[in-house]
Amino acid sequence: MKRRTVLKSAAAAAALSALTATGALAENPTLKIGFVGVTSGPAAAWGISNQRSMEVRADWINETGGYTIGDTTYDIEIVSFDDQKDPKRAIAGMEKMAQEGIHYVVGPNVDDGAAAVRPVAEANGIMYFPYAFPKSLYSAPASNAVLGMVANYQSGPAIYKYLMENEGVETVAFIAANESDPLSQRDGGVAAAKELGLEIVSDNITYQVDTTDFTPVLTPVMRSQPDLLVLSGVSPANAPQLIRSARELGFQGVISTETAQDAQVLREGAGDLANGFISVGGASTPELASDMMREFVQRYTDMFGEYNDESNTKVYALEYILETLKADPPAIDDVDAFQATMDTFEAPNPYMVGDAKLRYVGMTSFGQKRQLAVPLVVNVYQDGEFETLFVAEVD
Amino acid sequence: MEQILANGIYLGSQYAMIALGLTLIFALMNVLNFAHGQMYVLGGFVTYTFYGQMGFPFVVGLLMSCVTLFVLGALIEKFLFGPVIKRSSREESTMLLAAGLAFFLDAVILLVFGEKQRGVPKIVDGVFNWDFRLIMPYDRILICVLAIISIVGFILFMQYTKTGRALRALAQDRTAAQLMGVNVDRYSMIGFALGAMLAGLVGGLLVTITGINLGMGGPTSIKAFMMVMIGGAGVISGAIAGGIILGFLEAIGLAVLYQYGDITYLLIFVSLMIFLAFRPQGLMGKPWG
Repeated sequence: MKRRTVLKSAAAAAALSALTATGALAENPTLKIGFVGVTSGPAAAWGISNQRSMEVRADWINETGGYTIGDTTYDIEIVSFDDQKDPKRAIAGMEKMAQEGIHYVVGPNVDDGAAAVRPVAEANGIMYFPYAFPKSLYSAPASNAVLGMVANYQSGPAIYKYLMENEGVETVAFIAANESDPLSQRDGGVAAAKELGLEIVSDNITYQVDTTDFTPVLTPVMRSQPDLLVLSGVSPANAPQLIRSARELGFQGVISTETAQDAQVLREGAGDLANGFISVGGASTPELASDMMREFVQRYTDMFGEYNDESNTKVYALEYILETLKADPPAIDDVDAFQATMDTFEAPNPYMVGDAKLRYVGMTSFGQKRQLAVPLVVNVYQDGEFETLFVAEVD
Repeated sequence: MEQILANGIYLGSQYAMIALGLTLIFALMNVLNFAHGQMYVLGGFVTYTFYGQMGFPFVVGLLMSCVTLFVLGALIEKFLFGPVIKRSSREESTMLLAAGLAFFLDAVILLVFGEKQRGVPKIVDGVFNWDFRLIMPYDRILICVLAIISIVGFILFMQYTKTGRALRALAQDRTAAQLMGVNVDRYSMIGFALGAMLAGLVGGLLVTITGINLGMGGPTSIKAFMMVMIGGAGVISGAIAGGIILGFLEAIGLAVLYQYGDITYLLIFVSLMIFLAFRPQGLMGKPWG
């Protein structure tokens, strides 16, 4: 009896092992895509919207059976690393990606982080998709970085020109946080404004990134009485406070920025004082959004409780990576092949209605195709919501 | 000049309140609470939830911030700092614990309240404008007055109540206080809870002006440490003086030095280093601790 029990147990174990093995065989292999960016601190919103967009899309793909590249269907796994907006941590994050054999990484979110990881990415055969604007990252001899959004030197002139023609703006003041991204964006904005013939009445006021009370900071700017106040590279956390302080100090001109903002954050932080505030929106509007974009928004909201408008842009990076790999399967572990494909790549844009295409751009700004083609949507905030001011294309 | 003075008083009053809780905890337990900024952030989010989200009156939100942080502070002392202090005489043990607590609270705040900047409706509309020489929104004036009232209330509490006297005795000499019959464990817990409550109170007050976000914790702690270093660690009046001095330095620096770029805090840090080289115990601290 005892012997029979042992035999039965052995048979059951063998059957279970066989079943498990069969199950394992049925599972898709995993394709790891990395994310290195800021998910903590004052700029956390930028990186978290990246990470969450990727996680939502990956879950969606896995739930519907995986993503087929060549003859293989993969489950997508997102490997994330919080660089805390620190270039040293960004390098550590990119090295971690290299150790895990990952060839495609979204991020970093800021200039110094994106510049710092370049040697690691190029030495380890990693294509990375920063949300940082320095042209040197995307111009030859740099090869492995692809700008994931519209840069300020592309959106700024479009906004200033619109305001000159439609609002009669003649004078402009710039204010920026005292760190690399906002300062470089301010310098780019000043140059663009000068080129358009605007008079710069103030461009040297900066503030600490952890400032919470902007009234003393803005007081000298207000004395210059500009028609337009540009909040260069302002983070979503600081924008409402700056707007509120400027309006409370009596400023009645136009306020704008070239970074993406969040309508709810503006509503809560500045209320009606934010009416008329112009910013670059996520790369979608109700008129542009396809059913797939609407489903993405719904899934994101279901998973995290609240949508972030920035994710209208951030959803694209993973899609571009996968679609490009689908177009050239050997590129899955060969970034040279990926780069060659980028020059001719074109696929239907699933997040936009009509015949919009996914394609790489950037020839005008960088001399090579190192930028994702996403719509440039310029919004104006009005009564708690963004309204589309105009939509344009880069390149 | 009027604007600089007003900005200085406003900044100084809020900074003094932030520093008070930190210095109280240090005085009682010799703990450098690196999580003080996170407690401030949590207080802001609690007021945001009750006042901004659920629609309760602002006073209720503020009260809930105080209660939440008081209870949290008591639990943290009872189950974390109290046992560690008893088991380890090394000061770095509590420092590491405080740093770990800061990371933990950051993670909890991210999970519960999310990564976004949050704000609440203004508690008072309108702006006081004296011929553009002095511009101050009414809500800032109100918050400034409330902060000053809270500081005065705290000083009176420490001076004239039995609990306040016990806490002061504990801060002066823990062993002597114990020999005099002060229940050290109980008052340590109350003191830590009060320190946390002060952080929550100022978080709740300032959410109406500055809003609140996950990233405010670290910088708030750093500023609080600066104020405590200026005034003298563990001295209540020193924390208030440190807060007011920092507030005025910031207001004056931003108004006078703006044409030279963002050098206000650079100069404040340099001044602080020189000051501490000559007076390491701060303005009102004792050299022997």
